[in-house]
Amino acid sequence: MRVRYRLLVIVGAALSFGCVSSIDQVMNSGQSPVQLRSFQERAFDTADKEQTLRSVIATLQDLSFVLDKADFDLGIVSATKLSGYQLRVTVTVRPRGNSQMLVRANAQQGERAVEDPKPYQDFFIALEKSMFLTAHEVD
Amino acid sequence: MSAPSATRGRLRHVALIALCLLLVAGCTTVSDNSMQLSSDSLQLRQLQTRRIDGIDEKALLAACVGVLQDLGFNIDESETRLGVIVASKNRSAVDLGDAVGDLVVDSLFEAALDAMFDALLGDDWDDDDEDEDEDIVYDVTQKIRASIVTRPALDSSGQRLKDTQILRITLQRLVWDSEGKIAHAESIEDPKIYRKFFDRLSKSIFLELQAN
Repeated sequence: MRVRYRLLVIVGAALSFGCVSSIDQVMNSGQSPVQLRSFQERAFDTADKEQTLRSVIATLQDLSFVLDKADFDLGIVSATKLSGYQLRVTVTVRPRGNSQMLVRANAQQGERAVEDPKPYQDFFIALEKSMFLTAHEVD
Repeated sequence: MSAPSATRGRLRHVALIALCLLLVAGCTTVSDNSMQLSSDSLQLRQLQTRRIDGIDEKALLAACVGVLQDLGFNIDESETRLGVIVASKNRSAVDLGDAVGDLVVDSLFEAALDAMFDALLGDDWDDDDEDEDEDIVYDVTQKIRASIVTRPALDSSGQRLKDTQILRITLQRLVWDSEGKIAHAESIEDPKIYRKFFDRLSKSIFLELQAN
């Protein structure tokens, strides 16, 4: 009984250390980069960087985000959504070959990275509609 | 004697398991609809968007900066090539009506309860009467954020129309209470506020066009 009790405490402690504050968080990235990119990244068949960035911005506004930052040269847009929670997202747009733009999004909610594929899928569905183009998965 | 202590042991056991589960649950990201278009997103878009004729994109952005300054915003970020301006302001969030109202209702309610219990139980039923009315929490400060995005309007064949822009503004605010905690984190969706902004904008555009 007592052994099991202690074991439970240890397991509980291990679990809590597994996710809360530690200096390790600085370089910690949760899932593998390959896995993350598989749902955070999509390619669109257009060479128009400006139009892609403007579509990303319009999509974010449609989703009730307020922009934090935008940079054409680096192809970066950051935005925050407040809706009881705080969701911050950064979207990058860069050329892939001569005929495609690569769009990547990453988000954090509160103090946690969003590593569930669903919000990203939803985002790309909304972006597809705004761009009138299909989002291709990238190998 | 042994039966209650066994029960207590089991209870503690259950509590621990519950705690562990909570910790695990705390680690996973909750699947949500935060990136899904909501049913009222079209309505919001209409509320927040205007088509503006007779001005080029840069002049329009300049006019927007003017309006934001009129409204006491500071510009945090701008990118002319994408038609983006981001601004914010920190203001008091104390709503005197609310704060005083809460205080009055709370103290009246408490006084009534006290009187009732005093009458029922005698004067000594509650010794720490004095400490009770310290925890009235009210909104203290807020950060209001605005992003304005312009884009050239397109004709039916997808060509840019000369001197015609589409402008959309989105507003949000964070409110902190008297304990320093975030009390509200919300998009601003009140039509009145957006109408006021666009009223001001048309005046500012007029001035901007006069100046050039």
